[in-house]
Amino acid sequence: MERENAKGLLTQFERALAPDRVLTHPHELRTYESDGLVGYRAMPAIVLLPDTAEEVRNAVRICHEAGVPWVARGSGTGLSGGAVPVEEGVLIVLTRMRRILEVDLANQRVVVEPGVTNLQVSAAVSPTHFFPPDPSSQIVCSIGGNVAENSGGAHCFKYGFTTNYVVGLEVVLPDGEVVNLGGKEMDHPGYDLMGAFVGSEGTMGIATKIVLRVIPVPERFRTLVAFFETMEQAGHAVSDIVAAGIVPGAIEMMDRLAIQATEEATGAGYRLDVGAALIVELDGSEAECELAFGEVVGICERSGSVEIRIAQDEAERQLIWKARKAAFASMGRLSPNYYVQDGVIPRTKLPEVLSAIDELALRFNVSVANVFHAGDGNLHPLVLYDQSVPGEAERAEEVAGLIVQACVDAGGSLTGEHGIGIEKKRYMTKMFSDADLDAFQRLRCAFDPEQLANPGKVMPTPRLCGEVPGPYRRHPLEQAGIAERL
Amino acid sequence: MQVETLSEYAEVAEALRGTVGEGGTVRVCGGGTKLCWGRPALSGAVSLPTLGLDSIVEHNAGDLTAVVQAGVRLADAQAAFAEAGQMLAVDPPLGAGEGATVGGVVATADSGPLRHRYGGVRDQVIGIRAVLADGSVIRSGGKVIKNVAGYDLGKLFTGSFGTLGVIVEVSLRLHPLPGPVLTALGKTDDPQVLHKGAISLSASPLTAVSLDFRWERGEGWLLARFGGGAGRSQAQRAEQMMEAAGFQTSVEEDDEALWADQRAAQRAPDGVVLKVSALPTDLAGVVRAAESVEAAAVGRAGLGLAWLSIEQPAPADVASRVEDLRARLAPRPVVVLDAPAEVRKEIDIWGSQPEPLLALMRRVKDRFDPTGVCNRGIFVGEI
Repeated sequence: MERENAKGLLTQFERALAPDRVLTHPHELRTYESDGLVGYRAMPAIVLLPDTAEEVRNAVRICHEAGVPWVARGSGTGLSGGAVPVEEGVLIVLTRMRRILEVDLANQRVVVEPGVTNLQVSAAVSPTHFFPPDPSSQIVCSIGGNVAENSGGAHCFKYGFTTNYVVGLEVVLPDGEVVNLGGKEMDHPGYDLMGAFVGSEGTMGIATKIVLRVIPVPERFRTLVAFFETMEQAGHAVSDIVAAGIVPGAIEMMDRLAIQATEEATGAGYRLDVGAALIVELDGSEAECELAFGEVVGICERSGSVEIRIAQDEAERQLIWKARKAAFASMGRLSPNYYVQDGVIPRTKLPEVLSAIDELALRFNVSVANVFHAGDGNLHPLVLYDQSVPGEAERAEEVAGLIVQACVDAGGSLTGEHGIGIEKKRYMTKMFSDADLDAFQRLRCAFDPEQLANPGKVMPTPRLCGEVPGPYRRHPLEQAGIAERL
Repeated sequence: MQVETLSEYAEVAEALRGTVGEGGTVRVCGGGTKLCWGRPALSGAVSLPTLGLDSIVEHNAGDLTAVVQAGVRLADAQAAFAEAGQMLAVDPPLGAGEGATVGGVVATADSGPLRHRYGGVRDQVIGIRAVLADGSVIRSGGKVIKNVAGYDLGKLFTGSFGTLGVIVEVSLRLHPLPGPVLTALGKTDDPQVLHKGAISLSASPLTAVSLDFRWERGEGWLLARFGGGAGRSQAQRAEQMMEAAGFQTSVEEDDEALWADQRAAQRAPDGVVLKVSALPTDLAGVVRAAESVEAAAVGRAGLGLAWLSIEQPAPADVASRVEDLRARLAPRPVVVLDAPAEVRKEIDIWGSQPEPLLALMRRVKDRFDPTGVCNRGIFVGEI
């Protein structure tokens, strides 16, 4: 297949969508050249703003027929560069598709278009129900993006991730065909392609309709923040809480630097003379919540907490959370730039990984602030640097890479919720063998043999699909010297 | 506990490569308790037993995770986890001699009453290792609960009926055992009351471990199980809600047998069992459909999943009863699980699927198992 220039498709796109929803002016395109990870940029040739699934299908089909690569994008809040356009390719932006199609509370389902924001889903089913995954960008991030990234948030340890709440998807495949994966009902016969699609980072198609499961709002919340002299003590408290069979709705940790930054930014009243703050929130039925809360307070005391503050009302609860939620945004108080990692470790390895991070910070003479989803071992070390100082950005990136290595060495993962995208694909070989990557590629090729959907993401090196079954043929990218067969 | 497992996985790889070389097919077999599920396997398929893969490779109690080989019996794994006060939150019927293995349960995505609170098998699998037809040993996911690195092949293989490759090892998330349990029980002969009770309980803030229904010969029960220190007060509240909905109610302290019966009713060694993927609001309709074909029903009242069983049916009318049910419940998927061998060939086991979706599933199969070695023909669309 000859690869055409995306610009040559302009009139086709303008026929398929309204002309005012086909953007080509450089000023308009610039808005879309990066996502939440601003270090990576690329200019698409054309940005499309479809209104309907039919328009998405037509746009994808035009790209497929011409062999032009495309990238789907929601609100662009992703932190791994997953929505960075292909240079001179097509960008399909789903933010206009924001209809809530059905709210069915009796069956605990809501059906939405991909551009609906995460918070709008919960709003649509409130006050009785909610949608548990709550990434910190939830005010703006889109459900389509959550599906692509399998987004998490602060409540994963108890409630799970996006993948646990998606029950059905209408998907436009990269050849323009439309399939329904799952449905309103659970357990549709056949392969769980929905499970494979969620978290595939836009490399298997575009979800144009999403059926989500929502759950009843807990009748009681109890929230506390406990301060400790050391991170080890706080980590100990976390282990004891979990060992007691208690499953908090959220359990979050911040270290001294993170507390300092967030306190300056929010004035939430956190103590500055401590080494760690541990936020624990229990939720559930009233009886269950009260019983476990007493135990949590006892465990924090026995682990050496110097002060425990218990939220007495909703305002105090929000104040406790305000600091945690501002963690990334407030890093500007400490340093002009930061590099955030998203590694995951088995929770019991927390002390050794923390000291490894400390050693790295010392060795490279950089500051690292630590914010964790402590229940599930998801670390967000923020490596601080100043871009204007030559060499600092590179040093920060090197430290970040070594932190990821430490997480993998401890039996963990490269990423808990941000995704691989562009940013972490070079680390994939730290975690997966060639055979594993080949298995990923088999799945990708079943969905997108021409690899037009979000190429250059997730996999560490370009791989070709080849024909199945049949004799070996050189792929056009291979002929052009762009990719090599491995 | 660490064990050397590579040689055993290499043996699986060797067996698969050998079969590919000879142009044959394999039938993967764990405890052999669900071999009758799916379409009949090709005659001449070589049985590939996984029972030798019998190690619990890791149980990381502090992290609530485990790595288990496919041939470990689920009952044995649960006994080991229970020593640390933990469980794998998957409780399907274990079949003859409690023989169901972890690999078989993952391959069939079978589930039981715990699904209400903890989700299905797909929600517990955090990593998977499989041997593909070409002998490559592949892995996806890992050993941590939160992980979005790479594609989620764990979900792809869960419920794939062994058609993509041989699952040899799975990483699982575990949960704390719920502590002392008890059950609020409501009885009614009115499908509408059953339905109303189920909806009001699943919309309530009560955190049941399980919420099941049962319908048999004109009588129905709603069962809500609670655990832990707050179990009693929750069960009492559930009982009040059932009473208000019109049930005759009680709270059962000694409830083990009740739940064993729920699980057992998902199988019928000599009969027919159909799995219905409905919605919670379909409950009354599902019950009436079951009655129309003289079937008993159990299921997850808050999830819409139901298992309909017909004891000792006349072989001649199984096919028509299945099709009657499908027509009545359409478009809800209805899959045949147990059915006597002589009638299996006559009936549509999986129900029909739209062609574009089937085509995509075939492409997935072709990529993972291009020569069709693994469990060929037993799955949806004759995959």
